[in-house]
Amino acid sequence: MSLAGADTDDIATVQLAVPPALEAIGLSKSFGSMRALDDVSLVLERGTVHALLGENGAGKSTLVKCIMGYYRADAGRVSVDGAPARIGSPRDAAALGIGMVYQHFTLVDAMTVAENLVLARRQHPFVFDWAAERTAIAAFMEKMPFQLDPARPVRTLAAGEKQKLEILKQLYLGSSIVILDEPTSVLTPAEADEVLGLLRGMVKDGRLTVLMISHKFREVMQFADEVTVLRRGRLAGRGRVADLDPDAMARMMVGDEPPRATGARQARPRGDVVLRVDSLTAHDDLGMAAVSELRLEVRAGEIVGIAGVSGNGQEELVEVLAGQREPRGGMIHVSGVGYLAGRAQMRTLMVRCLPDEPLRNACVGTMSVAENIGFRRFDRRPFRWAGALVSKGALRRHARALIKEFGIRTPGPDAPISGLSGGNVQRAVLARELSEDVALLVASNPCFGLDFAAVAEIRTRIMEARNRGTAVLLISADLDEIFALADRIVVMSDGRAVHETPIERADLGVIGRHMAGHA
Amino acid sequence: MSAAAGVALGVIGGAIRISTPFLFVSLGECLTEKSGRVNLGLEGTLVMGAMAAYGVSYLSGSPWLGVLTAGAAGLVLGALHAWLCARPRVNDVAVGIALMLFGVGLAFFLGKPLIGPSAPHLPAFSAGWWSGSAQVRSALQINALFVIGLVATVAVRFVLARTRWGLIIRTVGESGDAARAMGYDVARVRLLATMAGGALAGVGGSFLSLFYPGSWNEGLSSGQGLMAVALVIFARWDPLRCLAASLLFGGASALGPALQSVGVTSGYYLFNAAPYALTLAIIIATSSRDRALHGQPAELRVAK
Repeated sequence: MSLAGADTDDIATVQLAVPPALEAIGLSKSFGSMRALDDVSLVLERGTVHALLGENGAGKSTLVKCIMGYYRADAGRVSVDGAPARIGSPRDAAALGIGMVYQHFTLVDAMTVAENLVLARRQHPFVFDWAAERTAIAAFMEKMPFQLDPARPVRTLAAGEKQKLEILKQLYLGSSIVILDEPTSVLTPAEADEVLGLLRGMVKDGRLTVLMISHKFREVMQFADEVTVLRRGRLAGRGRVADLDPDAMARMMVGDEPPRATGARQARPRGDVVLRVDSLTAHDDLGMAAVSELRLEVRAGEIVGIAGVSGNGQEELVEVLAGQREPRGGMIHVSGVGYLAGRAQMRTLMVRCLPDEPLRNACVGTMSVAENIGFRRFDRRPFRWAGALVSKGALRRHARALIKEFGIRTPGPDAPISGLSGGNVQRAVLARELSEDVALLVASNPCFGLDFAAVAEIRTRIMEARNRGTAVLLISADLDEIFALADRIVVMSDGRAVHETPIERADLGVIGRHMAGHA
Repeated sequence: MSAAAGVALGVIGGAIRISTPFLFVSLGECLTEKSGRVNLGLEGTLVMGAMAAYGVSYLSGSPWLGVLTAGAAGLVLGALHAWLCARPRVNDVAVGIALMLFGVGLAFFLGKPLIGPSAPHLPAFSAGWWSGSAQVRSALQINALFVIGLVATVAVRFVLARTRWGLIIRTVGESGDAARAMGYDVARVRLLATMAGGALAGVGGSFLSLFYPGSWNEGLSSGQGLMAVALVIFARWDPLRCLAASLLFGGASALGPALQSVGVTSGYYLFNAAPYALTLAIIIATSSRDRALHGQPAELRVAK
């Protein structure tokens, strides 16, 4: 459009009608028979923070990946600054000034901050002058609202710092539109506020326009200007955040589904100590101390929630309890017996586990649902047969009963478990682990990546186990989950238990500071 | 000359002579593995390179043309490996083992008529010019390919650390996701790295048939290509350490013959096992019960 010769009125009109920075019109995308995205439109105004809200599986990631050219949409189009844009790959998107920060960091851990920034750039000289690159990056950092040492290996950065580096990377690349996929999912509340505050500051300075995927109302209310809500692949609503409240957004997100309740907590007398961990030390895969001198007790009929930023030793602790990692020092007792996490001992002491990534840590993907459900008991009666044989029929019957009881959606007991959805894999593991009496249940991020219905159900099962007298150790990166379930909260930071509080006196601010290691 | 000096001379000479094929194959594998792929087929590439180099040198009279042909044969085998590995549900290790047997078998088949005739050798110079002893001069024969290997070591290291290609290869090897997010074609980068690695291994093969032992026969390699692949792990994916490991391995291999030459004949076969024992000992000593290998490209998993 030419402004030459236009009078002042025309200029004013043009300025008023700033086209949206990014517009997606009627995007649809199917994977096989599943319609992941159905005629969804989104308008991202320049100079705003726009939240894209929805449950897991609502199509948020699919939508932004279609916009970024990561997927090719089946129907619909995208325009940038009012002009139709053909985006066939993330490279095309970058050329239009659109950058994306993925939920799982796309940083290369083995390289330094400077190498990661240079790597992301479009043009590279054939031979790098790393000294000059570092000087240039230091100069770039000076102009940024936050800094990182260019020489630090990314491996040594905390999750919050990695997220900042991802954002710095987009600014370094000169992106004017940044799309973030759940940018705070691995951050402490304080880190999340800091990162989102910085982003908002840059948007207000006119440096950026932000589209942020989230499912946290608090963040949306506090940091976003506008919101688009998706439900089951369709547009469920949109509007200015100022005009909406969390209830309205929640209704858009979940539609007419009945309210979800976590099983009620029943008052119980103080139980005996079931799990006692004394000065436990364990190393990570790099041989660094991950768990240091950890002390912990879990009593019968209580849920102890381990809060902490992921990567502070929780994973290694679970692996030690599950028998996947050898401890380097300390003692673990279960019901007063020295615990070595062998299979026979787990059976006699009734220890059960819901690890992270159940498909990888608790299942054999290519084996059937029935076989996976039978792992704990296939070599016992009634499954053992004629001394050394395993009765497939008995396993199948047993599985059928549990599939019904736990509502596992599967084509049948003989289907390979890897074909099930995440929620149903977790239900199958839950069926295996909770179908008998359990003295100690170790659950690590049991609801990660599941939809609302599955989350409610799995939390209810855990609460019911507690009400029956099971001692539950719940490790979760999701503070809401810990607050919903735990009787007692222990904060883990740098491999140690740094803070402990009963749920009645738990304070989010205090816990957040301990998680961040500033207390 | 004392017996000890004789043994030392033998070991040093052996380190230079025997290490060259190990050096080329391990450099090639290092480059390929840095991109996140294992090529176990380099034994086949080595033997194929040896046969091709010998044949072309014999027919054309130019050993250097033979070296180039060996490199080209390695390039083709590398491309084949990369192409197969990029198919869906194909396993690097299985393809590597299959191509190892394929390369060795094909070389034996095509090389049958080459057993017997003698081909022109690669030139060498002696680093023992200062010595009056013919023994010293012959032990310190340095082949031109060894020098090229030294240059290649520095070049591979420079490319990996300081150039655009190196940065892309390392990114692809450390995180395929990160590379894809930046718009790099992971399969293509691995294809090129596997081809370059194959070419280096092929050149290593030409040393076997055109200098030491210096003829073409079916017992030429006896697993040197496989051992060189293992040396990369031992060298923790660092080209300079590949050189050090190759020299160490070469020197240890020469221990048995060197002892024999000064009259120690008992335990000859035992001393011949020295390089393997040494490798095992060092690997055990530098490994840790609960630590992952330092320097291993993150995308490098045996079952992928």
